[in-house]
Amino acid sequence: MAFVRKDLLGIRDLSSEEIQTILDTAESLREINLREIKKVPTLRGKTVVHLFYEPSTRTRTSFDVAAKRLSADTYSIATSTSSMVKGETFLDTIKNLEAMGPDVFVIRHSASGTPHRIAARTSASVINAGDGMHEHPSQALLDMLTIRQKRGRLEGLNVLIVGDIAHSRVARSNIWGLTKMGAHVTLCAPPTLLPAEAASLPVRVSHQLDTVLGAADVIMVLRLQKERQGQGLLPSLREYAVFYGLDRKKLEKARDDVLIMHPGPMNRGVEISPDVADGPHSVILDQVANGVAVRMALLYLLVHREVPPVRG
Amino acid sequence: MKQADLILQNARILDPERGLDTVGDVVIRHGILETVGSRAPSPEECPDLEVMDAGGKWVVPAWVDMHVHLREPGEEYKETIETGTAAAVAGGYGAVACMPNTRPVNDTAAVTDFIRRRARQEGYCRVYPVGAISKGLEGKELAEFGELRQAGAVAVSDDGRPVMDSLLMRRALEYAQAFDLVVISHAEDLHLAQGGLMNEGAVSTRLGLRGIPAASEAVMVARDLLLAELTGGTLHIAHVSTEASVRLIRDAKSRGVRVTCETAPHYFTLTDASLEGFDPVFKVNPPLRSQRDLEAVRQGLADGTIDVVATDHAPHSSLEKDTEFEYAANGMIGLESALPLVLQLIRDGIGGPLEILAKVTCNPARILGIPMGSLRAGTPAHLTLIDPEQEYVIDAGTFHSKARNCPFHGWPVKGRAILTIVDGVVRYPF
Ligand SMILES: [Zn+2]
Repeated sequence: MAFVRKDLLGIRDLSSEEIQTILDTAESLREINLREIKKVPTLRGKTVVHLFYEPSTRTRTSFDVAAKRLSADTYSIATSTSSMVKGETFLDTIKNLEAMGPDVFVIRHSASGTPHRIAARTSASVINAGDGMHEHPSQALLDMLTIRQKRGRLEGLNVLIVGDIAHSRVARSNIWGLTKMGAHVTLCAPPTLLPAEAASLPVRVSHQLDTVLGAADVIMVLRLQKERQGQGLLPSLREYAVFYGLDRKKLEKARDDVLIMHPGPMNRGVEISPDVADGPHSVILDQVANGVAVRMALLYLLVHREVPPVRG
Repeated sequence: MKQADLILQNARILDPERGLDTVGDVVIRHGILETVGSRAPSPEECPDLEVMDAGGKWVVPAWVDMHVHLREPGEEYKETIETGTAAAVAGGYGAVACMPNTRPVNDTAAVTDFIRRRARQEGYCRVYPVGAISKGLEGKELAEFGELRQAGAVAVSDDGRPVMDSLLMRRALEYAQAFDLVVISHAEDLHLAQGGLMNEGAVSTRLGLRGIPAASEAVMVARDLLLAELTGGTLHIAHVSTEASVRLIRDAKSRGVRVTCETAPHYFTLTDASLEGFDPVFKVNPPLRSQRDLEAVRQGLADGTIDVVATDHAPHSSLEKDTEFEYAANGMIGLESALPLVLQLIRDGIGGPLEILAKVTCNPARILGIPMGSLRAGTPAHLTLIDPEQEYVIDAGTFHSKARNCPFHGWPVKGRAILTIVDGVVRYPF
């Protein structure tokens, strides 16, 4: 089966078949991560450039480990500022990097849509490692992989996403991915943290966590950035924690087998209490492990444009 | 410069100011319109006149764009008075009113004078400067309206920025009356719009771009209408883009408030769906709105609530535009793409030729109080010959503007200016 895409820019562009292919590929590559020598030669001679315009140790490390396990050469270019600041145009930067002859750019940028702009100007593959408030496709894929491992399916599951949806690229990618795979998504947040016209998304919306907790098979808790208070979106982090923070008491209303997820990094005590984060329902560490497998799958599929052969 | 001596035969003559729509000849002698509509004398009788067969094409008053940014002084790498006015005549315009957000700001007679002098020396069409409402566009103290008026300013505006201080806006609407100046409002509540990059709605939610709510415009339109009513001042609302603004202005007009308004071709042609590819060429302020807003703007054009189509021609170089969406500058050029889009309104049944053409000729001329926008015999010829049927693809690469930030590049369109005469002189073709 072929996977005919140059770039992976967002989940919204993908079909359910493509998502299925990525998850299946990740599942088959996961086995490599359990070997003693965690390395296969499949991307030998290929070059992966990590271009991170926004600090992110976790995602960058995860992509880097994934690329190295497939034997690719990797380079990291970290810059916290826009190219404008340096007086070099954005396109100059891309042209310079293009001269290195990379096969894949992995791009993280604080401005939504930047990976799309770069993808249109380079013959290399582009993987969006998170752009502004737009999408974070590899995160949604690893979330879906984790749920599928734990529940055996995605179809028909009720997934509750709680928190700062308005500013969350993780939420957007998960909304597209989960609904394409047949799950039902509910968003729960105070109205100031919901995006405009949230009803235009294929989701249900609630402002009361208590009323929607009970039906959830999966609860995804989003990070709440502390500056939301200063921006006037919340009266206080304390009040947020009282009404929207997931703690043991609220969890009593949830199903016994509910899965708790968090894309990290966590603000323990704000959106999630430490005992819930480390408790029996939490699959947060599985998410991290699956991150490497999903990113290996993406690199493999974009470079080879076909699924790996089935191992006997 | 050589004054035209010309007979345009067999033209469809459209003069919205007089409600004239007739087929006939136009005679221009030494740059003056001699006869309009009646049969011209035969060529043998006046061998000194060049004869051109218009073949049914339209002769209309030269278009007037009451909202452009010529970038001179200060940002000549984006546009100059020379290149901007070249773009204007190529697009069928005979006059433009240029906004004061130059460097330095046009908040003094000296800058107004400079612009007028450059326009006389290098311009291809008439240039009418708009002075600032506040010194330095800072929204704190009124600029010297009287001196600006004496130097040739035809209106005042802080365009590019709103006047956030309601008291200052009140004073502007009062004080401007002493000098018979219209106050042009860039209506935007900066608190509501804060940090926004595009229209707020389903598309901004999908794209993860911070939204600018339609209310950020309408709130200020409502305020300015109330202040116009309070002061009796003359108000013009620039670049109307939302349904609520149209509704508010319609209501105010029906109550006799002295208000006029404009919209731009991109607000009746494009929606925020254009931003799906994150191309900064579609980034503009006010932002491209929803389909519903677009339809309300078209309705406002149809029922006369919207008096004027202006381009808000805003040239930028690739430095400002070929960048991440978030960091790109707002603005689109419009002088060389507006004409076919305005004619499309006629084909779409928004209005007849006279009603639609009024919005680019006599209406802006009347609002600014300038002697343009009509085809009266005995006056200097300012006219445009339009081929309404010519089909072509817009190619920004061929524009006379220095800038290329045209959102309609590559669009197949119909209708083109083939001759522009300003002050009795053929200024286009060059
Ligand atoms: Zn403006």
